[in-house]
Amino acid sequence: MNALGAAAAAAQVALVIAGAPWLAGVMRQVRARLEGRAGAGLAQPWRDLRKLMRKQPTTPVGAGPAFRTAPLLLVATTAVVAALIPLASTATPVSGSADLIVVVALLALGTVALALAGLDTGTAFGGMGASREMTIAALVEPTILMSVFALSIPAGSTNLTTIVSGAAGNPARLASPASLLAAFALAVVTLAETGRLPVDNPSTHLELTMIHEAMILEYSGPDLALVELGAQMRLTVLLGLLASLFAPWGIATTTHLAALLVALVLFATKVTLLAAALAAAEVFWAKVRLFKVPELLAGSFLLALLAVSASFFLTGK
Amino acid sequence: MSTGLFSQLLDLACGVFLLAAVLILWRRELAAIVRIFALQGVALAAIAVILAVHEHHWVLLAVAALIAALRAGLLPHLMRRALAASGESRETQPLVNVAASLLTAAALTLLSYAVCQPLIRLAPSPATRALPVGLAVVLIGFFTLVTRRRAVSQVVGFLLLDNGTTAVAFLATSGVPLIVELGVSFDLLFAVLVLQILTARIQVAFGSTDLDDLRELHD
Repeated sequence: MNALGAAAAAAQVALVIAGAPWLAGVMRQVRARLEGRAGAGLAQPWRDLRKLMRKQPTTPVGAGPAFRTAPLLLVATTAVVAALIPLASTATPVSGSADLIVVVALLALGTVALALAGLDTGTAFGGMGASREMTIAALVEPTILMSVFALSIPAGSTNLTTIVSGAAGNPARLASPASLLAAFALAVVTLAETGRLPVDNPSTHLELTMIHEAMILEYSGPDLALVELGAQMRLTVLLGLLASLFAPWGIATTTHLAALLVALVLFATKVTLLAAALAAAEVFWAKVRLFKVPELLAGSFLLALLAVSASFFLTGK
Repeated sequence: MSTGLFSQLLDLACGVFLLAAVLILWRRELAAIVRIFALQGVALAAIAVILAVHEHHWVLLAVAALIAALRAGLLPHLMRRALAASGESRETQPLVNVAASLLTAAALTLLSYAVCQPLIRLAPSPATRALPVGLAVVLIGFFTLVTRRRAVSQVVGFLLLDNGTTAVAFLATSGVPLIVELGVSFDLLFAVLVLQILTARIQVAFGSTDLDDLRELHD
């Protein structure tokens, strides 16, 4: 049990770290093909990381420890989240502590670390990006909590493992209106949290539109590589959370080697499909004006709240 | 129809019904608002059909057909004509901005759940448990009516109010007598027709249907 369970958790983390740049490559490639370009190839994000790793890091004058530790914190918190969430297996040694609130708090810690680093450099851009990021984070965190609470009411627990294994055993739960609303709210929040298109444009360096890019302007070399890797891992983990919560089929609930291997392959497939669909949708979207972003997030918060109230009142408990 | 399937279908129809009201607050394009209102009419008719099949109450099917024809067909059609005549396409400046209206809608929904709890305790069943949805739509309709400026969005608010009361009537008593429903529907139709004519006249006189501009009398 324990050896294979630990191996499952380790495999989840390894797959997220190794697969996140590939996932970014898939998304860029899908976009490029849909826009009629050839694209740089699936391994381009990996090649970028390798290039950055060989360069020399520079630190701005007067930057303190927040600037230096932020990339490490971002990657570390995301790796811990990847170990906790039942992406491929619910039978891991850490599944008892895979609580929703812990996961959200770890994600928030990564966000705050990066925002502090943006402030730490003392540039105007860093401060602007940090303030925008915190505005969005303050609206995003309650929505993540709310939308998963809608699923935790029928499961009777906020432990993600319990929620996922309960849903896998009783798929009728997932077809309820509450669950659909929660899925939509969580999808909107995932886009906002990872800085994808309707909220932030990941492929520009225009001052007017920058949120995530503004905070990491001062990074270079291996530090920048870590920040990029961290951002890609966050996207992978959040898409994995969506897939595990709303399509929990094939997640290993036992510690058989075969079940675990099938679950890992299925997890990679599910997340790749989700990411490809997201990239295809992004081609047709325009970025929302920054002042309209709170409106979008208020809407998704409302949907999450409706989901919670519906699952609480309509189940007759 | 089994009880589990009945309550699932009813919850789904009620969910779409409430979601349509929320989307009406969210969207600014008046054409989209009219489309969403038609969708809500379909959801209301679906609630009536589900109740009719579950309780073998076949008069309700006629009422459902009437509701679908009127609220998903005729009223949206009339509103589209009013829109085409007025030449306005967007709700520019609601009195309460959209983010705040969405949060207000959330508060109103929770309030209606709280208020309905004693009613539900009288006779717990899947239909009465969905009662708060109807009340929430009534409250959201009121809110739309008082915070929007364009004549068409105010009409939609008024119609939301009526959709909500009809839904409450269905869920609480499995429908109102056919004759009452007929009377109410004709009243609605007349109200919308009158408003359509008024909109056209306001348009001719002032060049816009911003009702806040109508402050003084002209001969």
